[in-house]
Amino acid sequence: MADLVQQVVAGLASGGIFASLALALVLIYRATGIVNFAQGELAMVSTFVSWELIERGLAFWLAFFLTLAISFVIGVVIERVVIRPVEGRPVLTGVIVTLGLLVFCNGFAFWVWGGDVKNYPSGFSTRTIDVAGVAISVQDLGVIAVTLVAVALLYAFFQLTKLGLGMRAAALNPDASRLVGIRVGWMLALGWGLAAVLGAISGMLVAPTVLLDPNMMRPVLLYAIAAAVLGGLTSPGGAVVGGLALGVTLNLLTAYGDVPSSLRLPVALALILVVLLIRPAGLFGRVALRRV
Amino acid sequence: MSARWAILAGKVVALVLFAVFLALLPNWISDIRAQQFAYVGIFFIAILGLNIVTGYAGQISLGHGAFMAIGGYTTAILVSGGPKALPGFAEGSEYLNLWPDFLEGGFKDLYTIPIGALVAGIAGLAFGLPALRLPGLYLALVTFGFAIAVPQVIRYLDGVSGGTAGIQLFGNPNLTGATANKVDLPGRTVTFNEWLYHLTWAIALVLLVVAWILLASRFGRALRAVRDNEVAAAASGISLARYKTLAFGVSAVYAGIAGSLYAIANTFVNPETFRADLSLALVIGAAVAGLGWLSGLFVGALFVYFLENVASLDFLPNGIESALKTPGVPDMVYGVVLIAVMLALPFGVGGGLTRLFRPITNRLYTRGS
Repeated sequence: MADLVQQVVAGLASGGIFASLALALVLIYRATGIVNFAQGELAMVSTFVSWELIERGLAFWLAFFLTLAISFVIGVVIERVVIRPVEGRPVLTGVIVTLGLLVFCNGFAFWVWGGDVKNYPSGFSTRTIDVAGVAISVQDLGVIAVTLVAVALLYAFFQLTKLGLGMRAAALNPDASRLVGIRVGWMLALGWGLAAVLGAISGMLVAPTVLLDPNMMRPVLLYAIAAAVLGGLTSPGGAVVGGLALGVTLNLLTAYGDVPSSLRLPVALALILVVLLIRPAGLFGRVALRRV
Repeated sequence: MSARWAILAGKVVALVLFAVFLALLPNWISDIRAQQFAYVGIFFIAILGLNIVTGYAGQISLGHGAFMAIGGYTTAILVSGGPKALPGFAEGSEYLNLWPDFLEGGFKDLYTIPIGALVAGIAGLAFGLPALRLPGLYLALVTFGFAIAVPQVIRYLDGVSGGTAGIQLFGNPNLTGATANKVDLPGRTVTFNEWLYHLTWAIALVLLVVAWILLASRFGRALRAVRDNEVAAAASGISLARYKTLAFGVSAVYAGIAGSLYAIANTFVNPETFRADLSLALVIGAAVAGLGWLSGLFVGALFVYFLENVASLDFLPNGIESALKTPGVPDMVYGVVLIAVMLALPFGVGGGLTRLFRPITNRLYTRGS
């Protein structure tokens, strides 16, 4: 029983990391209809930025929040420079541009920081604490806490602030929003900024476990896609639930289901396919109606 | 002669000139360059296949490298004679019993190409069936996962695939001309590299003509209708799921053939041969070549091959060559070119060529009518 609880907590921790990247994907998908395939690589670059800051002597948490700010700016600039021009073009064009970004960011990180695997410090201690007889790692609890706080802040931002309302309106109905004076273009840029922040969080949380290198986010992106599809690409809450569920499922499968860890990715892929077959819109997604 | 026929005749002449150019090219280039152009031909086939599903049917596949892997591994396993040829398998182990005896001697390399195509095609249909019933970007999402997952699965199935070590084909007697480094063609004897060149480009040209005919037929029109307006296409009685899945299957066949040829040319496969970045490189090649055009494919294939293999860039000025050999720089070039093409020239080289010839074609149409 204690073992099971440990596995679930560890699963929730990795699930939280998937959830924040999945949430970033959903934010951009809802606003622009584009799946941002570069989300993982942007997160990887952010993580390298934080690593650089820490190497230069900054304290971890200072570097953490500074990186979030930098990531936000990077996200906004990318939207303005490369995504803006393809707005209104076919979705295919937008997606291919994000693929270009993916490849570019990967090459950029290789060029600047090299391909060597680097150790990345964790903001939490590696010891365990005793909760009702179960040893739980502080690292896992910390990751879960950071994810939950980020999601809660984001929720509050969208529900309680005027800017959040404007962003929701711009995503839902751009034309009507424009008529009532919302600057839709800037709302989209802001969305990209927020998505980059969420991605940076997931990158900095996952780096201590998977170690820092330019390809570290590829699998995480795939899990995040699986989580987003599971929850429904249009549902932010679904992305969070999907991420946590996927994290726990994968962890339990590896621990008890005799699934070797090398097959975790294929299992996640199979999960996407099964979900698409049974519930095409995901668990919480809106069903897109089409008339012919 | 009406304008339509004149333009068709012009295209046929261009194709024939292209074929003649390809046939003569080995006379002007070194042996190693011939091998490089053989790889260009392989990329040509794969990008052509991807263009059918992405350029004509409008469905992004980010997993065509994985279908190349399926074709390539089919060829490698069949040529090598399967698990029995792999080290580390004791007599009587489970895998060996599943493997029919008559396969033990291995297949001649050429026969494995259609088998690789078939296996990849079936995989494509099986895979496209669920993904393509759904609207939007689901195919891109699922195939992206496929591209990442397939190398893992290959590693895991080490009993059939040789795991991380891969399958070595060099020196295998089933591989035409690899050991003796000479192949007897009708009329002359050529080196292994030149043989690869002729083999890949002969297949590439046949596949180009097949694709051309296919895309000019009812099938091709249906694909373009699906791409341009799904609702209108469905209203005209086109089954969206069926045509998307068929297009995906056909393009998987193309990728499978390219993979088979890759295994033969490389004389070695391992999971790294067909890593996920290969799939992305193919998308980039298709975008550069022009999504929905066939005339730019050669340029797209050249671009992808030479950036994938920076060691082959020795013909460039020294400064540019060494800059491109810095790790990470080719990928940055890829990214910038891809974004620039999508922003400035969304129809790629092929679309650019069409625009270039438009004054002439327009004139033909006005005179003809």
